[in-house]
Amino acid sequence: MPWDEGLVNSLVYEAPDPGTGRSLGYAKAINEALDIALAHDPGVFVLGQGVDDPGAMFGTTRGLQEKYGAARVFDTPLSEEGMMGVCTGAAMNGMRPVYMHNRPDFILLAFNQLVTHASKYHYMDNGQTTVPMVVWAAIGRGWGSGAQHSQSIQGLLLGVPGLKIVMPSTPYDAKGLMLAAIADNNPVLIFEHRWLMKKDGTVPEGFYTVPLGKGIYRRRGSDITIVGASHALEVALQAANKLAADGIESEIIDLRTLKPLDEQIIAESLKKTGKILVVDTGWAMGGVCAEIGCLAAEKWFDYLKSPVRRVGLPDIPTPAGYTLEQFYYPDAEKVAGVIREMVKK
Amino acid sequence: MQRDLVKQLLYDMLLARRFEEAAAEQYTQGKVAGFLHLYPGEEAVAVGSLRAAEPGDYVVSTYREHVHALMRDVPPGAVMAEMFGRATGCSGGYGGSMHLFSAEHRFLGGYAIVGETFPVAIGAGYWLAMNRSPDVVLCFFGEGAANQGTFHESLNMAALWKLPVLFICENNHYQIGTEVHRQAAVVEVYKRGCGNGVPGRRVDGMDVLAVHQAARDALEQVRGGNGPFLLECDTYRFRGHSMADGGAYRSALEVAELKARDPLLNLRNRALENGWLNEEDIEALHQKAHGVVEEAIRFAGQSPAPDDLYQGVYRRPLDLYAGRP
Repeated sequence: MPWDEGLVNSLVYEAPDPGTGRSLGYAKAINEALDIALAHDPGVFVLGQGVDDPGAMFGTTRGLQEKYGAARVFDTPLSEEGMMGVCTGAAMNGMRPVYMHNRPDFILLAFNQLVTHASKYHYMDNGQTTVPMVVWAAIGRGWGSGAQHSQSIQGLLLGVPGLKIVMPSTPYDAKGLMLAAIADNNPVLIFEHRWLMKKDGTVPEGFYTVPLGKGIYRRRGSDITIVGASHALEVALQAANKLAADGIESEIIDLRTLKPLDEQIIAESLKKTGKILVVDTGWAMGGVCAEIGCLAAEKWFDYLKSPVRRVGLPDIPTPAGYTLEQFYYPDAEKVAGVIREMVKK
Repeated sequence: MQRDLVKQLLYDMLLARRFEEAAAEQYTQGKVAGFLHLYPGEEAVAVGSLRAAEPGDYVVSTYREHVHALMRDVPPGAVMAEMFGRATGCSGGYGGSMHLFSAEHRFLGGYAIVGETFPVAIGAGYWLAMNRSPDVVLCFFGEGAANQGTFHESLNMAALWKLPVLFICENNHYQIGTEVHRQAAVVEVYKRGCGNGVPGRRVDGMDVLAVHQAARDALEQVRGGNGPFLLECDTYRFRGHSMADGGAYRSALEVAELKARDPLLNLRNRALENGWLNEEDIEALHQKAHGVVEEAIRFAGQSPAPDDLYQGVYRRPLDLYAGRP
C-alpha cells in the first residue's frame, strides 16, 4: 500500500451519526457532485492530469469518463498555464469547466491566467462576459512530501479581486460547495485537504448546494471563538474537545468559504466571547490568519478582551524529514496550549 | 578499452537497479516516505549519458533523480540519507527524495514541478557561456515536460544564444498514467526541437552503449560552441510513476515485453557473447553493488535527523553587509 494511502487510512475521525441519514466518504461525495453537475448541464466538463487514471484523483472522478465520454471528462498534457487559459476561454463562451489538480502547487504554474486574466475579464469588459469555472486541488501533507508538494496557497490568492475561495471540511460541504461552485458565475477555487479524503459523513442524495460566503458553527461555547476551515478546523475541534474536560468551552466557526468571507458570523461570536483564534493550513504570515486577525482589530476592537492569536505554519518551507515536520505542523496539543493561554487571561 | 567501459557501465546499472529496489524496500518499511519515483528500466539513460560527461559539467534533473545523483558520484550514503530525511543527506534532510542537491558535484537538483527545470538549465548555461567555460549543462526531462511552455521557451533561448546545454529527454512513454499518444500530437520529442533551431536525434534508451555513444557525440558538439542539442532516449519504466502508483493503466503484456528489453540484461548478454566479461566478473559486480547499497542503508539508518527547523530559509549571516556601520 502506498505510504500516503496508509497514512490517510489510519486517520481516525468521529463516525457520522446514523440517525442523520446516509453516510458517505469525502471523495465519493465530490464524485457525486461532479456526476450530478455533468448530468444536469451539458456545458460542464472535467479536466486535469489524471482524472481518467485508475487512481481517479483520490477517487473523486471515478467512473465519470465512462459515463460522460472523453470529450467531457479528460486527461490533459502537462500544460497548466495553457489549460487554465483554455478553461477561461471556454467559460467565457458559456461552458463550465472544473479543472482539477492533484496539488495546489501546480496551480502556481497558471497564476497569470488565473490572477491576471480569469479573475478580471468580467470587470474589464464591463460585464459582457463571465468566467464560470472551478479550479480544484487537494493540499498535500505527510513527511517526505517536501517543499514543493505540500503548499497551502489560499493565502496567496485571498487578495485577488474577482476570485472566490472555498475550503470544505466535511463530505456534506464538499458535495454542496462543489455544486454551488459549479453553479457560480465566477472563477471559484476549491482547496481540499489530502487528509480529509477518507473522512465519512452524512451526505444527502441528489442535488443540493451549500451557499458560498456563509460560515457555520461546528461547536458552541462562550470562552473563545476559533475561526478556520478545512483540516485546520479538524485540529481545532480535537483541541476544543480535549479542553472541554477542563471546563473551557470553545466556539468553533467553519468558514466554509474564505472569499467571500462571512464576517457576520465572526462578529456575532466574537461579541459574545471577546477572544479570537484564527487557524489555517497555510502560512500565518500574510495569509488567512493575518487577514482575519486584522479584521478583528479593525472592525471589532471593542469586543476584544485579549490580543488576537493565530495558528498557521511558520514562515518556513515544508521540511522533508519526519522529525522537523513534527515541529512544522501545529497539532491539537499546540492549538490547545494557545487556547489555554488565551482563556486564562 | 571496450571491456573497461562495459564493466563500468554494467556496474553502474547494477548499482542503480539495486539502489532503487532497496529504496522501495525501505519505503515499505516506513524509512522513506512521501513521494518516491524509481528508475528501474531507465538505467541506460542516466548511466550512458552521465558517464560520457566531464566532472565539471552541470546536471539539472527531475524528481526521478536518484540515479543521476549517483552517476555524478554523490555518495550513495548521502543520497539514501536524504531519502530518509537525515542530516547527513546531500540536502541535509531538508529536501527529501525529490530534491537531491550537491553543489560540490555540480548537481543542481531534483525538482517536483514538471517542466520548471528547463529555464534553470538555461541560466546555468548562460553563466558558463559568459565565463567562456568549457563545461556544459545536461538537462534531463521526461516527455511529459515537453508539453510545458517552458520547454519551447528554453529551447528558443538556448538556440538563440548558442548556449552549451544538452537536453536529454527520458521518453518513458508515460506522463504519470497518460500514454504519450494521449498527451502530444508529435510523440518524437527530438522533432519538437526543430522549430526552435535545436538539432536532435532519437536513440534506443534501453541500450546503454548506444546512449553512451550518442551522448559523447552530442556533448562534443555542444562543448564545441555549436549551441544546444536535444538527445531523446526511447526508454520505459518498469514500475509505476511513484510508489503510490501501481501502474494499472498498462497491460501486463506491455510491461513484460519491455522487461524483455531490460538494459541490464541487454548489456550483460552482449558482454558475455563478446567475451568482454565472464560470469564471475559479473557476479563480482553484483556483489559490489549490493555491498555499496547495504552500506548506504546502514549509514542512512544510523544518521541523526536535522534539528533546526529555521535553518536555511535565508542565507545566514547576511555577510554582505557584515561589519558596516
